[in-house]
Amino acid sequence: MNAADKQRYLEEYELQKKKGKPFFPYAVLKDSVMALLVVLVIIFMSLMLGAEQGPKADPTSTTYVPRPEWYFFFLFELLRVLKPPELVPLATIGIPTICMVLLLLLPFYDRNPERRPERRPIATTAGILIIIAMAYLTFLGAEAGSPTEIEMTVAKEYDQGKEVVASSGCLACHKIGENGNDGPGPELTHIAERIPRAAIIRSLNVGPGIMPSYAGLSEKKLNAAADFLASLD
Amino acid sequence: MPKLQLPAALRRPAKPGSNGQVDGKAPEDLRETPAARPEPKVTDQAVEAGKDVVGWVDQRTGLSGFLTGMLYRKVPKGTNWFYTLGSATLFAFVVQAITGVFLAMYYTPSPTQAYGSVTHLTNDVFLGEFVRGMHKWGASVMIILLFLHMGRTFFFGAYKYPRELNWVIGVVLLILTFVMGLTGYLLPFDQRSFWATVVANNITATGPVVGPYLADFLRAGAEFGPTTLTRFYAIHMLLVPGAIIALIGAHLYLVVKLGTTAPPWLKAQRPGSTRPVEAVVAGANGASPNGDRSRT
Repeated sequence: MNAADKQRYLEEYELQKKKGKPFFPYAVLKDSVMALLVVLVIIFMSLMLGAEQGPKADPTSTTYVPRPEWYFFFLFELLRVLKPPELVPLATIGIPTICMVLLLLLPFYDRNPERRPERRPIATTAGILIIIAMAYLTFLGAEAGSPTEIEMTVAKEYDQGKEVVASSGCLACHKIGENGNDGPGPELTHIAERIPRAAIIRSLNVGPGIMPSYAGLSEKKLNAAADFLASLD
Repeated sequence: MPKLQLPAALRRPAKPGSNGQVDGKAPEDLRETPAARPEPKVTDQAVEAGKDVVGWVDQRTGLSGFLTGMLYRKVPKGTNWFYTLGSATLFAFVVQAITGVFLAMYYTPSPTQAYGSVTHLTNDVFLGEFVRGMHKWGASVMIILLFLHMGRTFFFGAYKYPRELNWVIGVVLLILTFVMGLTGYLLPFDQRSFWATVVANNITATGPVVGPYLADFLRAGAEFGPTTLTRFYAIHMLLVPGAIIALIGAHLYLVVKLGTTAPPWLKAQRPGSTRPVEAVVAGANGASPNGDRSRT
């Protein structure tokens, strides 16, 4: 946008403003109607949906699937899409940071003086695509279930471990056979092929990367879970 | 509209040359027979007293000029319902602030008592669950309105000259609102909020360079501990709301100063001309009106 464009815009805006109406009462009236609508919607949602309290936070029990508020779904789903460990930092911080910087600096690299959306094809298309992508990722996040059962037959001695794994929220991020979500964590169907039992125990205790630590589990449960996982080859 | 009894300081300024008279009558002292003064009634005296107070404050603050400038500033023709999204977002924030104050009256930010205080608030306190529900769902409404407001600004090209800085402030407000959502999620201290926050913190820790330090700062240590909750509480209650209020102030100042945009497809016409103003300006600059990117 060069100086002539700026001058032209300011002159045109001055004329548009002259033909306009005073903020009070015209715009104030519309704003007030909208504000009333907003508070009515919030009251309606509060009455209809309430504010349920889940079970008390317990660092020693992991029987709960971590789930963010819906407006973080698109960020969380990004982790599922970019699953390989070397891409995780890209998904967690890289892409969101780049998007934020691009959003912040938008007026500085979009220097096209045109304002009508149909005459800014690149900007309008990019905007629509981003909205579709975010809506799709949010939808995926809302769809992703939080299964607490593993449907597969294992040897009897591994049954208890299977139960621990199923009830500890592992399936929210890991896939075991046909069960659970594929990501952000690696698939565990053949985990024993890749790492030994000792490494499984260490991972459960430490919680590598974004995985929470399971050190709060009892020794017995932890060993049972490790036995079960070490049997998956 | 009925004629409002406004104090002189707040009345619409008179047009130049009208000699201070808004309704076009001659000033009192220039009339041939000054109107007889009736005995002042009690109600009139009360009104006069009110005007005196307003005048007293105005004389010391000069607020009237600001208020008339803000209230009677023109908004361009074509301003439609899309332009209420910003004020609606602001209003959702006000709802969050008010309900938040009431929640804070009952909440105990300690790992051992937080959950119990929320249970007490939800089950025992008069309208407790209702207010907590408003705060919880109001957050979602605010996020949606924020995105709609930003979408309107984007597609109408309203972030362009001279309003670039206001776009930047708006994006910072968006980020801060997300921080509010993240920090507020832990406060009910149930299983869902606890484990979601553990994961969110682990995600922060995977970030390059500052990631681990930021996660340590949020957790108040290497492990999720008792101080983590009070830290999130302070960020959610004091730090971020303070920043949001300050930035909303700057945002609104720029809105009033620069004016709201007109819908981009409405072209201004010069009085007495049927040609859009762009063509006239381009012609005056010596450029061919037709060759100028054919935007007319």
